[in-house]
Amino acid sequence: MTLITVENLSVRYGANTVLRHVDMTIEFGEIVTIVGPNGSGKTSLLRAIIGATKPVAGQVSLKPGLKIGYVPQKLHIDPTLPISVERFMRLTNRVSRNQCAEALETAGVPDLLKRQMSQLSGGQFQRVLLARALINRPDVLLLDEATQGLDQPGSAAFYRQIEDVRRETGCAILMISHELHVVMSASDRVICLNGHVCCEGSPAVVASAPEYRALFGTGTGGALALYRHDHDHDHDHCEHSQEAAE
Amino acid sequence: MLDDFMMRATLAGVGVAFAAAPLGCFVVWRRMAYFGDATAHAAILGVALSLALQMSIFPGALIVALIMAIAVTLLSGRGYAMDTLLGVLAHSSLAFGLVAVSFLSGIRIDLMAYLFGDILAVSRSDLLVIWGGAALVVALIAWRWSQLLTATLNEELAYASGVDPKREQLILTLSLAVTVAVAIKVVGVLLIAAMLIIPAAAARSLARSPETMAMIAAAIGAFSAIAGLRAAYIFDTPAGPSIVCVTAVLFACFSLTGWQTRRQV
Repeated sequence: MTLITVENLSVRYGANTVLRHVDMTIEFGEIVTIVGPNGSGKTSLLRAIIGATKPVAGQVSLKPGLKIGYVPQKLHIDPTLPISVERFMRLTNRVSRNQCAEALETAGVPDLLKRQMSQLSGGQFQRVLLARALINRPDVLLLDEATQGLDQPGSAAFYRQIEDVRRETGCAILMISHELHVVMSASDRVICLNGHVCCEGSPAVVASAPEYRALFGTGTGGALALYRHDHDHDHDHCEHSQEAAE
Repeated sequence: MLDDFMMRATLAGVGVAFAAAPLGCFVVWRRMAYFGDATAHAAILGVALSLALQMSIFPGALIVALIMAIAVTLLSGRGYAMDTLLGVLAHSSLAFGLVAVSFLSGIRIDLMAYLFGDILAVSRSDLLVIWGGAALVVALIAWRWSQLLTATLNEELAYASGVDPKREQLILTLSLAVTVAVAIKVVGVLLIAAMLIIPAAAARSLARSPETMAMIAAAIGAFSAIAGLRAAYIFDTPAGPSIVCVTAVLFACFSLTGWQTRRQV
């Protein structure tokens, strides 16, 4: 069962085309990860899926009645805004206090219900965001570098949690990640993005694809490889990254 | 009861405080303090235009404040930083307004009355406009409260929850224009931003939830209006500025005590 279909999607900010002719689908219950260098349009793709960015061409179709849970890359709450965890979780969700408490427990942060959002640590904050995204039993969970700012054990625990969620609720997961070792072990499918879909498939297939190697080098574990961009292969994204620079 | 000018002034001040409190909270949370300033300064141009066209002040000020608010919303994120843009628009519209007023030689007007407000001259029909505008703003914000809060927290989170943050921003902008237009007579153009920001800021250290912050801000604003007018009567000081002075003193007291208790924890 297809939950999200993206067809021929192009997104432009001013004169800068960040996505062109992107096609992808999310099926029921699968974990899909988007990888790609900075500025490759990963966040723009998620924004287009939730309707925050209007595409210049192509379309995003969601299964009718699809419930989306979303965990943003970074959420800054101004310190002048007093809001408790409970209030935050119930802001747009019609849920009971007990449901909030359960969701927090599932997310591994019980007893935070009465705390102020501004008092949470980075790890607690991300888990509250996850609990909030899960509370309405979404059909698909979108995570935009949700482990940013977490230490390694923290982010490992976060990803274990995501797998548990999928196993328990059957919800599909679409995430952006910079942590290639995690991606390779936890995903059913990987989409390598750089303005367009370079390659996609199972982690093993993608890891051996020449397009992927061109972007990330041959070692998938090395963090340095993430940002290295070899120019020895020919790709039309090289043209538009130059257009963007001009 | 409404025959007494002090009574009318007090009611006018309390009305503005009620509208300004919840709106001021959003202004503080979203860091749009200068937005209030810019809209208010633009209103002076509206006052000049209304006088030139010989219509009443309120619609003129409201229309120019609305145009200003929408212009800022549309222009933001197009090359200039928000504070630069607001600085340009706020001060140039104030300057154009003052110049425009000087052309109106036929009519004798007291510009001070619009810069600093003339709350003691509030008439029964002014009261109607102030309370009507305040009720509209409070109703609008109460109706959209959860959506406004969601949009304030995070744009993407709002979209994913089915809330359009651009629409919510527009609602705030419209409310701001209405509040500025009704508050001109009470505290004047130069001090409207104070009525928006100071009660909300003073309420912060006492509040544990967004709703209580808005209510405490309303209480602080209303108390300031009453106490400020009393003080103005006793010490023979200008009424609008006296109200703002009381809010400022309350802000200082609450912030200091809030800071103290936080240090002890």
